[in-house]
Amino acid sequence: MNINFELNGKRIEIDAPARMTLADFIRHQLMQTGTHVGCEHGVCGACTVIVDGDAVRSCLMLAVQADGSKVTTVEGLTPPEGLSPLQQCFREHHALQCGFCTPGFLTTAHALLTKEPDADKERIRHVLSGNLCRCTGYIPIVDAVCAARSAYAKSARSPDNESA
Amino acid sequence: MKLPNFEYVAPSTPAEVVRLLAANPEAKLIAGGQSLLPTMAFRLAQPAMLIDVRNLRGLDRIVIDSSGVSLGARTRWVDIETDAELATAQPLLVEAIRHVAHYQVRNRGTIGGSLAHADPASEMPCIAATCEANLRLLGPHGERHVNASNFFMGPLTTALADDEMILDVHLPAWAPGRKWAFSEFARRPGDFALAGVALFYDIDQEQRACNAHIGVVGACYYSKRMPAAEDALNGKRVDADTAAAVGAIASGEADPTDDFHASAAYRKALVGTLLERSLLTAANRPS
Repeated sequence: MNINFELNGKRIEIDAPARMTLADFIRHQLMQTGTHVGCEHGVCGACTVIVDGDAVRSCLMLAVQADGSKVTTVEGLTPPEGLSPLQQCFREHHALQCGFCTPGFLTTAHALLTKEPDADKERIRHVLSGNLCRCTGYIPIVDAVCAARSAYAKSARSPDNESA
Repeated sequence: MKLPNFEYVAPSTPAEVVRLLAANPEAKLIAGGQSLLPTMAFRLAQPAMLIDVRNLRGLDRIVIDSSGVSLGARTRWVDIETDAELATAQPLLVEAIRHVAHYQVRNRGTIGGSLAHADPASEMPCIAATCEANLRLLGPHGERHVNASNFFMGPLTTALADDEMILDVHLPAWAPGRKWAFSEFARRPGDFALAGVALFYDIDQEQRACNAHIGVVGACYYSKRMPAAEDALNGKRVDADTAAAVGAIASGEADPTDDFHASAAYRKALVGTLLERSLLTAANRPS
């Protein structure tokens, strides 16, 4: 089935098999392997991408359902040079070790802070409870997301930030 | 874990959806897909065709008027969470759906999908049963209305025919001063609860509970109210003794089964404790 959507700001028109999840489609057809596939049934959150501003599990969405949408993956959150403020906070707070879950945490936190730049720690903990990490024990991740809030508060009204 | 093969269609009118359902007995509707796609990944369901409702206009509409609240079948959990008026128009609904799954799932999952899936461990079927919601269904012969008390028939089993779709669900108007509470217990946030309770009641002129509605999550064969517990609550002033007595009756009335996650006895005990605490929460809530 022919679908037409935007991935990280680029228009894509391509044929997608109906049975293919958005996660597999992004990785195997579009070769954007930043999105990781963990459990493939909506439990671990590793495959989280942003669809029309909302963080969603790309293993629980068909590629054909992305037709007409704007999809942002971790590649789309990363500047051409260096790290985004959120990524920088992850680095400073040691919010990753093996890195497998990190793209899912980054996309989830980016979607949250874009909509709710003043989310309190409890809200952040509640939202991140949908992502599993086996390395960090979560506390550094929560700290990193809390620290990144100021970057979103400043840019909350800039058009750049609304594209994702 | 990859999905089995199927044909995919995304029609633009409810009439076309119903026609496709009637012509393809092996077809299933998909909205958010947050329960259906994992079920397919595990090969517990292998529908020959998925009919996506994403192109149906107006199916995500929330209407609040004097008769109550009407929620289109494609209303997502996040739409309820972020609606400024629902928190006062249907506080029990809003509190209950805060417990549905995780952030990412709440951005896709829908009311209609949850009601049609009819998992007795899900919050929305419990709220529909507790609040005597009315479901508007469309089939090949037109619309019909089914009350939630007649809709849920067993685990994952409803009165929805194979060639019918849910259009919307209507919750009756919320009385001013109504007392209410929702509580559930899960080992991790976002998991299916081991048990939960939803309740509301009104207060009569002698400050006694009346019009009690008590529903159960997880510790039941299908989503339903607990009439014995309701009878025990009606006519009583809600204090610690009443709460304990009604909780004990509900504990006996719940009909869970043993499973991998918890024994039936544990779930029954949870229902009693959760209801006892919830009744006190409700009673202490400022009107």
